[in-house]
Amino acid sequence: MTSVQAPLEKADAFGPLKRFVSRRASWIPVFAALALLILIFIAGQAYFGNFLTPRVISALLLDNAYLFILAVGMTFVILTGGIDLSVGAVMAFTGMFGASLLRDGVPSGIVVPVMLLLGAAFGLAIGVLVQYFDVQPFIASLAAMFAARGLAFMVSLDSIKVETPEILWLQSTRIQGAPGSFYITPTGIIALLVVLVAALVLAYTRFGRTIYAIGGNEQSARLMGLPVVRSKLLAYVVSGVCAGLAGVVFTAYTGASYPLNGMGTELDTIAAVVIGGTLLLGGSGFVVGSMIGVFVYGTIKTAISFMGADQSWTRISVGLLLLLFVVVQRIIVARSDRR
Amino acid sequence: MKKILTHRLMLPIAALVALIVINTIARPSFVSVTVKGDQLYGPLIDILRNSAPLMLVSLGMMIVISTRGIDLSVGAIMAVSGAVALTIIDGSPTPNDLGTVLGAIGIAVLIGMLLGAWNGFLVAVVGVQPIIATLVLMLAGRGVALLITGGFITTINSAPYKFMAQGYVIGLPFAFFVSVAAVALVALIERRTALGVLTEAVGINPEASRLAGVRSRGIIWGAYAASGVLAGFAGILYSSNTMAADSNAAGLYIELYAILAVVLGGTSLMGGKFTVAGTVIGVFTIETLRSTILFLGVPSAVAPLFLAVAVVIVVLIQSPRLRSLVTRTAQGARPNTSEVAR
Repeated sequence: MTSVQAPLEKADAFGPLKRFVSRRASWIPVFAALALLILIFIAGQAYFGNFLTPRVISALLLDNAYLFILAVGMTFVILTGGIDLSVGAVMAFTGMFGASLLRDGVPSGIVVPVMLLLGAAFGLAIGVLVQYFDVQPFIASLAAMFAARGLAFMVSLDSIKVETPEILWLQSTRIQGAPGSFYITPTGIIALLVVLVAALVLAYTRFGRTIYAIGGNEQSARLMGLPVVRSKLLAYVVSGVCAGLAGVVFTAYTGASYPLNGMGTELDTIAAVVIGGTLLLGGSGFVVGSMIGVFVYGTIKTAISFMGADQSWTRISVGLLLLLFVVVQRIIVARSDRR
Repeated sequence: MKKILTHRLMLPIAALVALIVINTIARPSFVSVTVKGDQLYGPLIDILRNSAPLMLVSLGMMIVISTRGIDLSVGAIMAVSGAVALTIIDGSPTPNDLGTVLGAIGIAVLIGMLLGAWNGFLVAVVGVQPIIATLVLMLAGRGVALLITGGFITTINSAPYKFMAQGYVIGLPFAFFVSVAAVALVALIERRTALGVLTEAVGINPEASRLAGVRSRGIIWGAYAASGVLAGFAGILYSSNTMAADSNAAGLYIELYAILAVVLGGTSLMGGKFTVAGTVIGVFTIETLRSTILFLGVPSAVAPLFLAVAVVIVVLIQSPRLRSLVTRTAQGARPNTSEVAR
């Protein structure tokens, strides 16, 4: 009797943890990213002494608001197994176009929706190329990136200053938090809202589940009768709208639009999403993970400017982190394949 | 006649010829070649000269794409190799010595090869997707190049180094001979040995070729290393043209131009069959297009828009869906004519 009891008890001791791990296997990379973020925070605090201040933490959200929004859109696309290289250029173009409209006296109540629609149009174009003409997402979004960058320069070769009070309000308002001197700007609230809405959509709507199903196995999803075509198109449109919104936020952030804005942002975005635990093959990942990925990116950037080191180290360390996480992903995928 | 029309290089050649004809009509000086001293000048000669870095990079890209891969890091490798070569020459007491320059070039190209081999290691051994594996180096590479030059744009004075991009041999730019040599070498190695066929086999079906005894791992590794070498050499040509190691501008977007050149030339991005001649035509087409855009007075910053249009047209032509649509309409028409004939 006792000999039977013993192994049971032993299993009970580790059971909940094991069950948790096996059921939440797709969350492990997110926890890994979170652990990394905390590690960087602790290391930064230990090294600089004044790293974890309300000012720095609030600035993290402020400085990277556009990146949060882009990363959310990118997560949708990567979850379907695609990729969107156009986000940085679309952000620049919508920003330029919006700024030129504002300069001509168009009210911001019209300009902002127009910017979002422009982003959506780019997303739709990529989606149509991918879905109906079997163009690889990489190439289709590359063409969109070229087009958007060229169009941004067509609007104006120089930067356009934005003086519309409503747009600048998004950035200049500092809503003070209760404890200490934490603050948040409307742009930060927009970014967090986008993350929240996207997380809810992915977790609880039919569209969200279809996105995961497509990334898991597109053929099966189609045979199950899921609306594959519509959902995939919509994923690219979501990414485009996010790029348009990022254009609004980034214009507010810099107070001006410059056609070279967001050069290389698509790579930063992809890196943040991957660090946040989204599998590049699609089908597994979370918007919350991407948010943590952006936080990791932003914290590294802050830490490097704290050190007074050259900003080229940001790209180097983000590149190395990306490598680390991709290799870890490989190992996880290889293990689950074996199972 | 039909054989010529259905040849797979038909479209790329037609595109290039059309571009040249349009250019010639728009500005007759386009095809004129003037002789100054013993050197030839003219827009066409410029295209031959300026296309050299893109030619080298595209050849490497073609081999990598053939293995179902992609190499996004070529621009970063160009920046690194230019930075290495110029830093070495800048630091040496004899910048005008041919030995110094050759040594610097050798080391820079070697580093290009190592970086390419690193990509190959990630793809072939670790099994990371090519886009991401090379993205890592694309992100980090420019940072490394900036660190090598200390964040500055290193400029040098060195006659032998300047000769690489700006020198002339028997009336033609030296850089042109470099790209001819690269094309000949790649064609020789890939087409006069079994390597090309093996590379295509890996790209068409990696699993089947592995079962057939092809060492796909080594071939993929070699493809990325070759791309690294060619990108390294392209970095030398680029930095020799400006005599400066500008880590931010060197090879910016060249990976995209190279991919476009390879696809224009008729090599599918799905891997497999590749054509060296097609890639050469693709490179000249892009270079002519760029020269046309500049001539039209379009600001060079807007030029990507035209390339986007070119990319979309090319991928639509390659798209199976559009092809089947076209053939279906063609077939739909045919039964009618046969009935009439009966």
